[in-house]
Amino acid sequence: MVKQISAKEAAALITPGSRLAIGGFLAVGAPEAIIDAIVEAGTKDLHMIVIASDWEDRGVGKLVVAKAIKSAQVSHLGTNRTIQAQMNASEIEIELVPQGTLMERVRSFGAGLGGVLTPTGLGTVVQEGKEVLTVNGKEYILEPAIESDFALIKAWKADKMGNLIFRKTARNSNPIMAMAGKITIAEVEEIVEIGELDPELIACPGVFVDYIVKSTEVTNG
Amino acid sequence: MDKRQMIGKRIAQEFHDGDYVNLGIGLPTLAVNYIPEGVHVIFQSENGMLGVGPSPAEGSEDRDMINAGGGYITALKGASFFDSALSFAIIRGGHIDATVLGALQVDQHGNLANWMIPGKMVPGMGGAMDLVTGARKVIVAMEHCDKRGNPKILKECNLPLTAMSKVSLIITDMAVIEVTPNGLVLREVAAGCSVEEIKQATEADLIIPVELGCFGE
Repeated sequence: MVKQISAKEAAALITPGSRLAIGGFLAVGAPEAIIDAIVEAGTKDLHMIVIASDWEDRGVGKLVVAKAIKSAQVSHLGTNRTIQAQMNASEIEIELVPQGTLMERVRSFGAGLGGVLTPTGLGTVVQEGKEVLTVNGKEYILEPAIESDFALIKAWKADKMGNLIFRKTARNSNPIMAMAGKITIAEVEEIVEIGELDPELIACPGVFVDYIVKSTEVTNG
Repeated sequence: MDKRQMIGKRIAQEFHDGDYVNLGIGLPTLAVNYIPEGVHVIFQSENGMLGVGPSPAEGSEDRDMINAGGGYITALKGASFFDSALSFAIIRGGHIDATVLGALQVDQHGNLANWMIPGKMVPGMGGAMDLVTGARKVIVAMEHCDKRGNPKILKECNLPLTAMSKVSLIITDMAVIEVTPNGLVLREVAAGCSVEEIKQATEADLIIPVELGCFGE
């Protein structure tokens, strides 16, 4: 059974140096209340695993601006000048990972796999320092699983077992990140009783979720 | 006709009825306005959607409905939503018929560079490497030369690559060029351009067939 906590209590679980897999795509489907609470708590030296560094005032970009992030595995920085400036000043260590590869590496950890074989990045800088394997006559890069301590995700609705449903393109990386957290905290807009969500529509079963946090803002519509 | 619109219109002619297509942000998205009548194309957005519709009317934007560039979108009938891993399984797994992307450089081997300029611009590759690797047909759409008038179609890319030997067609404001095992073949010339002008604006060698098409009239 999941426990409902406040965003502030969620932030208090996260210690300096933690590895955070955070859901969202350009801040759509980002756990804004938890992010705000981490900024408020002043926790530093965090590692983040995210699709993009979002905007300076929305999504994980707020963690970057607060200098809470010391390193990141991310596919896109283009919408956040602060992270690019921090990278150029060597204040933050960045591993750029192709988006599809990032998702599979995160999913691998959650699925108990050591990594994946992907053709993405062959013949590019992404391949450098990595093993290339030939399977059925085709070359693939061996991309290791990405481990995380906490998954911080955003869903539309949760029931009290932590089953989650998502809304439109706000689903994005959230169900994947949810799998990969040793502890997964889901921020949700609405919490309903067990049995109220159609089991056929649940995109993230509660087995992956440890805590739920009621969102302070409702993005619906 | 505006140069960029002309490119958009020409891109749209590459799509077939029933194609699943992923358009890169910027110039490629102009193609949606020129899909030929009777051709039904399903557009994917890499953040987890098939069946992308036009931009919403002002005031009816939904904060949970964006495309890969962060712009607001709508869903057409028959649309579906899914997570990012599935979205990239669609892309990498060869289920997207065509993708159209911009380029900083493209070369005669079909190599593409479009994600970074060392020391200057490092936005990250986002989904571009997966798209170029996995889509069945990779179309590069761009202005033929850069802002300084330098060629972008080269013998060899010298910027970091997005993927090797994946580009099959290049559509610019001057020409349509096919990437073949023998090199780059000029297929069509834009209205108002001469073959000589195209050759001068292209660093790579061009194979000029006897029969040439024309576009952008």
